[in-house]
Amino acid sequence: MSQALRHARYVVTENPVTLAAFALFSGFVLLAVVGPWVAPFDPLLSDTARALQPPTWRHWLGTDQIGRDILSRILVATRLDLVIALAAVAISFGLGSLAGACAGFFGGWTDRIVTRVVDTIMAFPLFVLAMGIVAALGNTLANVVIATAIINLPFYARMARAEAHVRRAAGFVEAARLAGNGPGRVLVMHVFPNCLPPMMVQASLNLGWAILNAAGLSFIGLGVRPPTPEWGIMVAEGAAFIVSGEWWIALFPGLTLMLAVFCFNLLGDGLRDLIDPRGRT
Amino acid sequence: MRHWLATLALVLLAVPGAVSAQTRTETLLVVTESGPNSMDIHGVGANRPSYQASWNLYDRLLTYGVKTLPDGSRMYDYSVLKPELAESWQVAADGASVTFKLRRDAKFHDGAPVTARDVKWSFDRAVTVGGFPTFQMKAGSLENPDQFEVVDDYTFRVKFVRKDKLTMPDVAVPVPVVINSTLAKKSATASDPWAMEWLKNNDAGGGAYKLESWKPGQETIYVRFDDWKSGPLPKIKRVLVREVPSAGNRRALLERGDADISFDLPPKDFAEMGKAGKVAVVSHPVENAFAYVGMNVKNPPFSNPKVRLAVASALPYDKIFSAAVFGRGVLLQGNPIASLTFGHDLVPTPFKTDLSKTKALMAEAGFPGGFATTLSFDQGFATTNEPAAVLVQESLAQIGIRTTIQKIPGANWRNMLLKKEMPIFLNAFGGWLNYPEYFFFWNFHGQNAVFNTSSYQNPEMDKLIDAARFESDRAKYTELVRGFAKLMVADVPRIPLYQPLLDVAMQKNVKGYQYWFHRQLDYRQIAKE
Amino acid sequence: MVLARLAGRRLALAVPALAGVVVVTFLLNRALPGDPAAFFAGPAATQQAIHEIRVKLGLDRTLPEQFLLYVRDLARGDLGKSLTTGQPVIADLLTRLPASLELTLCGLALALAVALPLGVLAAVRPGSWIDHAARVTTTAGVSLPIFFTGLLLVYVFYYLLGWAPAPLGRLDAFSSPPVARTGFYLADSLLARDSALFRAALRQLVLPALTLGLFAMAPIARMTRAAMLGVLGSDFVRTARAMGLAPRTVLLTYALRNALLPVVTLLGMVFSFLLGANVLVEKVFAWPGIGSYALEALIASDYAPVQGFVLMMASIYVVLNLTIDVLYGLIDARVRIEA
Repeated sequence: MSQALRHARYVVTENPVTLAAFALFSGFVLLAVVGPWVAPFDPLLSDTARALQPPTWRHWLGTDQIGRDILSRILVATRLDLVIALAAVAISFGLGSLAGACAGFFGGWTDRIVTRVVDTIMAFPLFVLAMGIVAALGNTLANVVIATAIINLPFYARMARAEAHVRRAAGFVEAARLAGNGPGRVLVMHVFPNCLPPMMVQASLNLGWAILNAAGLSFIGLGVRPPTPEWGIMVAEGAAFIVSGEWWIALFPGLTLMLAVFCFNLLGDGLRDLIDPRGRT
Repeated sequence: MRHWLATLALVLLAVPGAVSAQTRTETLLVVTESGPNSMDIHGVGANRPSYQASWNLYDRLLTYGVKTLPDGSRMYDYSVLKPELAESWQVAADGASVTFKLRRDAKFHDGAPVTARDVKWSFDRAVTVGGFPTFQMKAGSLENPDQFEVVDDYTFRVKFVRKDKLTMPDVAVPVPVVINSTLAKKSATASDPWAMEWLKNNDAGGGAYKLESWKPGQETIYVRFDDWKSGPLPKIKRVLVREVPSAGNRRALLERGDADISFDLPPKDFAEMGKAGKVAVVSHPVENAFAYVGMNVKNPPFSNPKVRLAVASALPYDKIFSAAVFGRGVLLQGNPIASLTFGHDLVPTPFKTDLSKTKALMAEAGFPGGFATTLSFDQGFATTNEPAAVLVQESLAQIGIRTTIQKIPGANWRNMLLKKEMPIFLNAFGGWLNYPEYFFFWNFHGQNAVFNTSSYQNPEMDKLIDAARFESDRAKYTELVRGFAKLMVADVPRIPLYQPLLDVAMQKNVKGYQYWFHRQLDYRQIAKE
Repeated sequence: MVLARLAGRRLALAVPALAGVVVVTFLLNRALPGDPAAFFAGPAATQQAIHEIRVKLGLDRTLPEQFLLYVRDLARGDLGKSLTTGQPVIADLLTRLPASLELTLCGLALALAVALPLGVLAAVRPGSWIDHAARVTTTAGVSLPIFFTGLLLVYVFYYLLGWAPAPLGRLDAFSSPPVARTGFYLADSLLARDSALFRAALRQLVLPALTLGLFAMAPIARMTRAAMLGVLGSDFVRTARAMGLAPRTVLLTYALRNALLPVVTLLGMVFSFLLGANVLVEKVFAWPGIGSYALEALIASDYAPVQGFVLMMASIYVVLNLTIDVLYGLIDARVRIEA
């Protein structure tokens, strides 16, 4: 354990960018937890007399078109956005990797079916598929998460399948089987855990994609419903005000969004260095 | 590599050739959110921008006069009918028909003369194809091809089925266009006798402008018809209508002088542009129209009039007016001058924010603890609807009504209105013909048109409306109008919020803009200095 | 011949995927809320009028019946009619496809022009500040929502600075499009020897292509860096260096050429992803491509264009992957041998 820790420390100090990303990530998680308590104003409270005010001492990041405090909304939105991202990635990671591992391990019909489904999903322009799913199923938070999960599934499925396929002939698997473990047990206890590391990297990158996806959906009106604060919908609403000079409404949530996605991306790189230095890109 | 880069830089920085000044003053560049989906106003599902195309490509028998308002802006005068294709008309002595004399020098775009046969074919078409055009014709008691008679080449008669004061005004609305029947019939088939397919994509008109090109979803280009005789020849020779979906971009284009005129921008942008003074903003209250909060009176909980009254006392009218439309409208709440029957009679709307009574009202209605419901609106108009919805949600929460906001996509909105199941929602209605009974007929009459969004049924109301439609005595008419307006206020199936403004932004050198009831741009009056 | 066999096999594998796409698109579209019949019956329609329209549109049949009709039409090349433009979908798509393709290709070209050198530089000096800076900037480019980047660029470069032309689409208001031979304004204007038009079209392309390109830079730069690192450490490069070849020659002629192979594979994925991201960019820049077409149709519950759009995209993706596999086979003999 201490060796792993030492290795981690080495990687992290060698790479200051990853350290920064990790710190930022911790910051976001903290915000997600304490956000609503730290926010100076009620994110849903409108105050039309103070609408469209630029950043002042009272409202550090200004107010939006019905007078809600932007800073508070950004802080509270952290929880929602992280939850969306984590839920979507968790679902696609869980389902995708399991399906892929089964396909790679068992082969035959399982393999064929899983591959067909994955190919079908991948043949769609992914954002358009997300649009279609949310439009068809209805404009709710759950559906945004489901749609994002579905379009990210193929990455995990393919990776897991490749990894499982390689490992199925490995020595330790033979040993496990000889020891009397059924194929299911072999898969879950021995093969699957070994497929995980490279996919964790992908998962971290996908966290950023999930948030951007939700933002894109909000821009075309298929995202979260008002008045819920969410970074993407705040940018989408604020976009209409850029030209008229109220730049703060879109810029601050946009920057936060960028920071979060940025942080996830860098984190993914760092994780990759930690787990599999050979695969560093 | 270096050479290539240098050339690229040169190419990028080179200034495009300047267009001659003369051409620019005779060309009008209009930017719009969306464009026409048909060149034929009688077509199935023709959208609003198609009305603009039709208005300028085709002539009608009559048009409306012009009046100048105190602030110098011009609008159509709904009380004055003027000749367009018909140079004169005469109502028969017995009042059972009207005879139009067509001008003899009018031609269609392909050079063929305009005759009464073309007029009859066009009117027959309008009342036969069904859908919106037939409905609109019916609103003026124009219902049957038997009513339309060709007396001779240049004389056309319309027989009345009843005495309807809306018949003559209905002849001047966008629907009864005069189509080149000879040209159209060449493309008619047995299964398509009215040439619907062909007229959708082609121009068979005789209006002041011809269709130069149409790229659906991108742009439409009109060019002046120099042989147009139905009015003074327009100054603008060429009109380009470009579709630019992003409102922010449209505003940027106007402010930088790269576009001449635009309608559909958010109210806030109009307010600011008006103040900044770089472009001219012309505004008119939309006649016979208001935005409202509607409630379904058929189903609980809003079937209880006390609940409706409670809602009417809870809404933050001023906040909505300033936050949703930035004051670009006429506030209807507590304003004794503005009324439900604009330009006609006065019935002050009594609704104002007064939370003192709401608790008692809700308790009396049987909902002391409030209830939960859904507040819906048309996503196609989210710019104004969304802030309004959020404010309504907030205020209703204060009286115990917990709402979830439901954004309905534009195409589905019509359907939802028709189903008449939404408990509470935001909507607006504006009638082309500026008569209160017209408004009430579509919105509150028991015939339950799609615009009767509250499913309101009241036989007393129906009696008053029906009588008013055909009452010619001025005093009796006023009594009837007051009557049904008072009923609406008492029963409160919907709560008027404000009368919207039609805002148009244009470069300062664009003159002659005129407000029309159909809220589309008429290119014929525009000139650029 | 080996290539033909390779191509054939890939094509055969693609067919079931396409079939899946057809089914899923159909189902999704039918599940879309909204009744186009009500929409197109017009503002004052009665239930009767709506029912008539529903029958006219074929929406009153059962779902399997509708699907069979759809497949039959597909086989005939009939993708239905758009209710928002009133034109046959296939005509709309073919008219608008060149606009999207031209934009995506330019975006890709821009991304390559920046990301390739950046990736090479980062590989040549791994761990240096250039390496970190490259990673940070490319990752930043991909972290902003694409519509936000587009709007920001319009605001800064058009509205504030006036450097970029008005976001009016492919051409400014006063130029007319060139005679359509390829549908690409750049190519067509060159063919017509109209340099003014070429410049006009190019100026309109800059901002939207930049928006798209920013997104594609990160994966390309990363892959280039990774591939270059791998190649630079390989034996034959060491040999070339040992033989005394100039460092530049080693880098460009030997290393880069070999490193490009995985980049080429990645390009396919990036291109297809950009085609999907087009939807948002086209909305911001009023670009008359298939992305904005599908978006407007989706909002209007106009089934046919959305189905047509997705099918077209999926087909493009399949063709693209096929081309790349074949290209790869041409470049890398090992693949041919394995096949």
